Amino acid sequence: MAEEKYNLKKEIETVRETCLRPSNHWGRSTRIWIGCLLIVISWGLYCYIHQLRYGLGVTALRNYVSWGLYISIFVFFIGISHSGTLVSAILRITKQEWRRPITRSAELLTFVSLLFGGIMPIIDLGRPDRIANLVIFGRIQSPLMWDIISIFTYLAGSTLFLYLPMIPDMALCRDRLTVCDSRFKKFRKWLYTKMSLGWKGTKEQWRLLDKSMSIMTIIIIPIAVSVHTVVSYIFAMTLRPGWNSTVFGPYFVAGALYSGSAGVVLGMAVFRKFYHLEKYITPRHFDLMGRLVLTLTIIYAYMNLNEYAIPAYMMAAGEGHLLKELFYGDFSKVFWTLQVGTVLLPIIIMAFPKGRSPLILFITCIFIVAGACVKRYIIVVPTLLHPLLPIQHVPESWSSYFPNYVELSVTAACLAGIFLVITLFAKLFPMMSVWEVEEGLVIQQDKQAVMDLRNVRELEEEKTGGREVSSGTVSIKPAVVQINKTPG
Amino acid sequence: MLEQEEENCRRSFLKTGLITGAVAIAAGVIGCNSDTKPPGSLTGKKVPLLDSAGNLIYVDEAQIPVHTNFKGITDEESRKGIPGKKFVMVIDLAKCDGCGKCTEACNKMHFLPKEKEWIQVLEMQDAPKEAPYFFPKPCFHCDDPPCTKVCPVDATFKREDGIVAIDIDRCIGCRFCMAACPYSVRVFNWTEPVKPDIIEETPSMERAFQSKKGCVEKCDFCSHMARVDELPACVTGCPMNAIYYGDENENAVTNQAGETENLSQMLEDRAAYRFMEELGTKPRVYYLPPNNRLYPKPDMNNAEENKTNSNG
Repeated sequence: MAEEKYNLKKEIETVRETCLRPSNHWGRSTRIWIGCLLIVISWGLYCYIHQLRYGLGVTALRNYVSWGLYISIFVFFIGISHSGTLVSAILRITKQEWRRPITRSAELLTFVSLLFGGIMPIIDLGRPDRIANLVIFGRIQSPLMWDIISIFTYLAGSTLFLYLPMIPDMALCRDRLTVCDSRFKKFRKWLYTKMSLGWKGTKEQWRLLDKSMSIMTIIIIPIAVSVHTVVSYIFAMTLRPGWNSTVFGPYFVAGALYSGSAGVVLGMAVFRKFYHLEKYITPRHFDLMGRLVLTLTIIYAYMNLNEYAIPAYMMAAGEGHLLKELFYGDFSKVFWTLQVGTVLLPIIIMAFPKGRSPLILFITCIFIVAGACVKRYIIVVPTLLHPLLPIQHVPESWSSYFPNYVELSVTAACLAGIFLVITLFAKLFPMMSVWEVEEGLVIQQDKQAVMDLRNVRELEEEKTGGREVSSGTVSIKPAVVQINKTPG
Repeated sequence: MLEQEEENCRRSFLKTGLITGAVAIAAGVIGCNSDTKPPGSLTGKKVPLLDSAGNLIYVDEAQIPVHTNFKGITDEESRKGIPGKKFVMVIDLAKCDGCGKCTEACNKMHFLPKEKEWIQVLEMQDAPKEAPYFFPKPCFHCDDPPCTKVCPVDATFKREDGIVAIDIDRCIGCRFCMAACPYSVRVFNWTEPVKPDIIEETPSMERAFQSKKGCVEKCDFCSHMARVDELPACVTGCPMNAIYYGDENENAVTNQAGETENLSQMLEDRAAYRFMEELGTKPRVYYLPPNNRLYPKPDMNNAEENKTNSNG
């Protein structure tokens, strides 16, 4: 018994060490990485100022394709933001033990992609200086308003969802990191103290945390679903072929979960590699996440079938024109590459256990995420290029669209912003939920103890030859570990 | 001044009312409006008017609603629209020869550069065997406009006189209305527009020049002209007299030559239709089918070069 307890303590100490170590260490590569990100961001910022000054005319957008890369990326980022809810909330609700090491990174991905996803439409605005009009003259009848409301709600919700389980960890950081030699010592001390909200680990505090987490877990799911549904309404509630579709809500939600869960796999793999979490994020985690991504990809493929096969069978005039372009016209190469390369092939690969090994799953998920991004573009742009009335008497360049350097730079800057926030976060805060992983260890220990007990019983059975079974003969106490908190 | 012959009267019909500072309303509408007036306040001065059947009638001046307006209209008034009006346009495709003078006149009126077209003349052919035709396309000022529905800030809205207007001092440039308009009517100010050397003091919705960087603009049925009872630029600019404009309440539309037609009669006789009725937007622009044309039809082979896409 004493030995077990000792091991557990050691284990917990290792978890704390592993999680807190990166916070102390600012390597050369980290600085170079942050430097590169800052360069990309500054260049993007310069391009955005250029765009503000001379108008959206500096982009490749014109009257027919009036929404382009910015709006596509907006939809993509909002899609990625579904990862946190999915992995964290759904796995929490279903009490999946293996979620413990990956919830933090998933929740962070939600928060960051939502933050930058929300910025994209503002970048796309012709008059960002009049953004206050949305409050002064806001019309609730506009789907854009529903978007703003649901995105803000989701942002607030996911911030809470990220922050709540961080409180005990913040207390840990406060007590530990500040005594170590680390950069920005004063700042850190102040930050951790503020963020831990005076956490002392009392019973009452744990009760409150458990309660608020279970409430948040439940309410964040409908909010997340609503977000991508109303994002799809921006398109579905117009009279345009290709957008005017009743399946768009669930189609977008499915697409969001598909790309978001793949995004979680990428996050898992990256943090596992750079923070040496191999011990905690095991191939089993990849296998289980792979199954999840596989399921969601199949659902997404099914939604694709509905979205394209039904109008393709009817081939109504407006819709038919667009579909022909997608199936064997200008966009056919991209369209079929996406359908085969990022939907069908991943399904086949992930169906095999080997396809869910860390490396192969990582590569598959890169394709899925990239595919989801291009797919948004294929939803937004071809429809705008195929209006109900012919495009005539306009400059040649207006009847085609490819994002130019301004749009690409600004988008790259947003992407770099996401990476920067994640990097800084990882440098300041533990990337695994320390207390949750600890509790996981305890539960594992408990299970092990149960197994041990059974083994002892079995041995006992063999000794008595299976004749006399009396519980009084052996006295084995369950290996209850002396930890105050209840696992949850 | 009003002692004109019936024909003249018909011709200057639209002007008549407002020259005297009164909006001429057909008999039926007056009937409605006079309900609110106290009886016995007749002036005894008769004003000649046309009723919906096209007959010249004389109505007491007191029964005609008086609108002293134009200058000093407030933002609110221009959001509401011109009282008692329901503007409507009829385009006779049989007369349109695709000269594009309407676009020219419109661009001149609204100080638009060449690449901006508030009224476009498209070459259309619905099916390979069907006759090609020219299709002037202004904003349809739909009665159920998909564009105003989606505006998050009420910058584009439906006025009581039927016009769908844009408040360029409020537009945030999200371009949702452009995505929502199935007719691709709206244009965006991608760069700073060249400002003309004029000063307009009316609210922004009723100006000739409505371009502002980062805002959406489109055909406004020349609401600033309607306010002074003049015809829109495209109507007066059409040498083929193909475009008619008027008031549905008056049941009369007028073209460039001053020919005033009975609206319902014209729509019935010529089997008028509204473009893409199936979309349910209820346009305020009617088209008369291109039968018995006197001009050569558009050369669709040539047109193919201009267009990149058409579903007909």
